[in-house]
Amino acid sequence: MIPSDNLSTPEEALNHPLKDWLNLNRFIFCPGCLIGTVITSITTCLKERGYTSKDYAIVSGIGCTGRASGCFKAPAFHTTHGRAIPFATGLKLANPELEVIVLSGDGDLFAIGGNHFIHAARRNIEITVICVNNNVYGMTGGQVAPTTHVGDITSTTPYGNMEPPFNLISLAAASGATYVARWPGYDTLRLQKSILKSLDNEGFNFIEVLAPCFIQYGTKNRLGDAVEMLEWMKKQIKIETDCPPHMATLDFKKGVIICGEFVEDKREGFTKRMEQIREKAKSKKIKK
Amino acid sequence: MNLKQSENDPHNKAILTSGNYASAEGAIAAGCLLFAGYPITPSSEIAAYMSRRLPEVNGTFIQMEDELASVACCLGASYAGTKSMTATSGPGLSLMAENIGLGVMLEAPVVIVTIMRGGPSTGQPTNASQSDVYQARYASHGDYQIIVLAPSTVQEMYDLTIRAFNLAERYRTPVIVASDGILGQMMEPVYYHSNFEKVERKKPQVPPEKYKPFEVFDDDLVPGMAVAGTDYYFYVSGLTHDIEGNPDMTPEGAETLIKRLCDKITRARPEINDWEEKYIDDSDTVVLSYGINARGVPEAIEQARQQGHKMGYVRLKSLWPFPDELMEKLGRQGVSKVIVSEMNYGMLIREVQRFQHLFEVSGITIPTTIPFSPKFIYKKMIKEV
Ligand SMILES: Cc1ncc(C[n+]2csc(CCOP(=O)(O)OP(=O)(O)O)c2C)c(N)n1
Ligand code: SF4
Ligand SMILES: [Mg+2]
Repeated sequence: MIPSDNLSTPEEALNHPLKDWLNLNRFIFCPGCLIGTVITSITTCLKERGYTSKDYAIVSGIGCTGRASGCFKAPAFHTTHGRAIPFATGLKLANPELEVIVLSGDGDLFAIGGNHFIHAARRNIEITVICVNNNVYGMTGGQVAPTTHVGDITSTTPYGNMEPPFNLISLAAASGATYVARWPGYDTLRLQKSILKSLDNEGFNFIEVLAPCFIQYGTKNRLGDAVEMLEWMKKQIKIETDCPPHMATLDFKKGVIICGEFVEDKREGFTKRMEQIREKAKSKKIKK
Repeated sequence: MNLKQSENDPHNKAILTSGNYASAEGAIAAGCLLFAGYPITPSSEIAAYMSRRLPEVNGTFIQMEDELASVACCLGASYAGTKSMTATSGPGLSLMAENIGLGVMLEAPVVIVTIMRGGPSTGQPTNASQSDVYQARYASHGDYQIIVLAPSTVQEMYDLTIRAFNLAERYRTPVIVASDGILGQMMEPVYYHSNFEKVERKKPQVPPEKYKPFEVFDDDLVPGMAVAGTDYYFYVSGLTHDIEGNPDMTPEGAETLIKRLCDKITRARPEINDWEEKYIDDSDTVVLSYGINARGVPEAIEQARQQGHKMGYVRLKSLWPFPDELMEKLGRQGVSKVIVSEMNYGMLIREVQRFQHLFEVSGITIPTTIPFSPKFIYKKMIKEV
């Protein structure tokens, strides 16, 4: 992340095709970081669906990815560390017409906010959670995350990480998410297809986007610069169809990262069920 | 006791109910349409009541996974234009702290009812206490002001919950109703009247293309609030921000924002602060109390006056921002001593002690779970004078 909030928009960005959708002066990410790609993928999809800023809201927690909400010209909320999902739940409950998208980091969503993630998936609240997984706490200086691989060096695992990581795909599936996908951040076409599916699915959607942090992760583990790290990741990517979620390997040591869509379910969403509860309450009228 | 309204009502609409239910019904009367909470004794009846009532009025009840989520959910709902509320007790309020700060920073109207029980930690879940009056004021880190109301009767659980919503909307801030385990649970006649004004938040004062989420046009320092689902777009952040919502890490940025957020509340003290008083223009000594523990005071004072003591009382209905003006008034009226009576080891008394240049301050401050009886207060009082 670039430690300044006073970035000016460079000349060449003034003609950016999404300039009406984006706050270009709030792109504070390191050049080469895929967080920007994820942001533009989301806006591309919103644009394609013909949504304007009254149709959607973006919520993020805290972290490098947490700063992404500021890049949207939409009702955008930069909340507290880990609490983007319950905040988004409130928005959705209050206005079920809204497309509510949570965009946050792996630490935010699965360490401090892990409890909210599993419960939101279980409830099948109709929001889309997009996790930028860089296997590390980017913002705070590259500490170990619940997605860091065993043996990896981070600023708080100088001798190598001893804890196994979550597999976010099987976690999401087991928690009840009705759409679950994983893509490398550079594969914007597939990513966008998944975002569009999520916008259309009336349930809890989860998309894991692999976006290596060359600043905090790459340097410490000698994986090279932004481009070299992408090359390194690209070699490991295997796209599979019909892979069950618990088999969705993400293993840097074996050099296997399985990407694809893992869950596509239809289950009645929370706000729909809430509507039924209201009907029931109004017809029965329990005595106060 | 504030039963006059029901007594005067031709239809005598008073019903017998508990403080927790009255608070929940007050929320609905004020226009609350979303409750997100996590059960905790002695507040749980509020959640249970809301789960039954809200769907009937097209509202939403959701039991969240914890109290952090509860406040976050209410803030989200608030930013989609829905009046929202949560209820809890000490340990839950501890968990809510960080997102109360977010509510202050995002200037999101939201109501939090806390039914105080004994602490620290798990403390005495089924007993009453007044030991969270600082927690209500200072829950979150950072330099901020917040509004805290303190009901004394079941009727006030209804009335002050309504007022909490109105103040939250008026000043775009979280408002806390600090009640306690006895008041929450006990039954009293209450009149669910509708003779009050429903306050709605200030709308954006400029068209969408000119809108800046924290731009202030009025002396009250309250910016107009856009919500999601309209033509307005905006970025709001828990980071220190400028009027456009851009993160602002300059020293001036901090000073400007913090001052406005605090001044917005403190300047409004005359509007926010509310208390009941008796005999203070004819008193040397005044007992100051609030909440459940104030209920024994009037009888003790009457007894003292019958014995020829020049004594009066004030009962605070709002605790924060602290009513400095009331203290100054007591000083002006020649009160020479204020006795603070509270069910904790001395909390609000420290605020009163800021006015020791005006009058002497002493306290009946006991970290107990049973409100002080009139007899007990009388005995303590007389010893003091
Ligand atoms: C309650 C709280 N604890 C700790 C922090 C410090 N903190 C900020 S961001 C962050 C980690 C972010 O990691 P991740 O979610 O993976 O985001 P990334 O920066 O990698 O995109 C931490 C620990 C905080 N802001 N709030
Ligand atoms: S995630 Fe890493 S590469 Fe991306 S902005 Fe943060 S520090 Fe830079
Ligand atoms: Mg991360």
